[in-house]
Amino acid sequence: MTLDNYLYYVILPALSIAILLVFYRFFKGPTISDRVVAVDLLVTIGIGVIAVYSILSHQPTFLDIALILALIGFLATVAYSFYIQKRKNRNE
Amino acid sequence: MIVDTIIGVIATLGTLFVLLAGVGILRMPDTYLRMAVTTKAATLGIGLILVSAAIYFNDLSTTTRVLAVIIFILLTAPVGAHLIGKASYIKGNKLWEKTTMDDLAGKYRKTGKNISLPRNMDKHKEKDQEKS
Repeated sequence: MTLDNYLYYVILPALSIAILLVFYRFFKGPTISDRVVAVDLLVTIGIGVIAVYSILSHQPTFLDIALILALIGFLATVAYSFYIQKRKNRNE
Repeated sequence: MIVDTIIGVIATLGTLFVLLAGVGILRMPDTYLRMAVTTKAATLGIGLILVSAAIYFNDLSTTTRVLAVIIFILLTAPVGAHLIGKASYIKGNKLWEKTTMDDLAGKYRKTGKNISLPRNMDKHKEKDQEKS
């Protein structure tokens, strides 16, 4: 089994299953902070998928996108937590 | 061939950690415990996958890029988890009932449903004491 086949048929499906599990929490999550945590984890797993695809397509340029995605994910988390603190009345 | 094997092993370890993070965020009973999963297991898993990419390309510029991403994730994951944990504690999310320690208990003032920021804690304390 070559490395490309292994990445295609084992690593990427496992990452997809992880994304599905996190997505279930994103839909279900009883509070809004659960959803924000789930989005953070989704972005992080997306970085991993980009890294695997950059191996598969022999394009190290994709890792730049991973860097930008990490930056945007962190900014999203900071902004969400800021506005969760600002929101006064509703608890959900 | 040996390099391919090393890449496969490291990527498998990373994927296992990411999968465990997915199971953890589904099964953990509490927002705060879910956050612990996000910061620890997912960071380690993604770091391992990125290291496997760096080994595959075997190139100085790519390795630098990968190191930048890993250092950035290591720096930002705890900060983001702390911010969102503090926000959800202030919003009044309940801890798990089997939690044994709550270091923030009593540090924030309760105002109705929400818990207010500790900005004017001393002033509120004096007011409460005057009232009673």
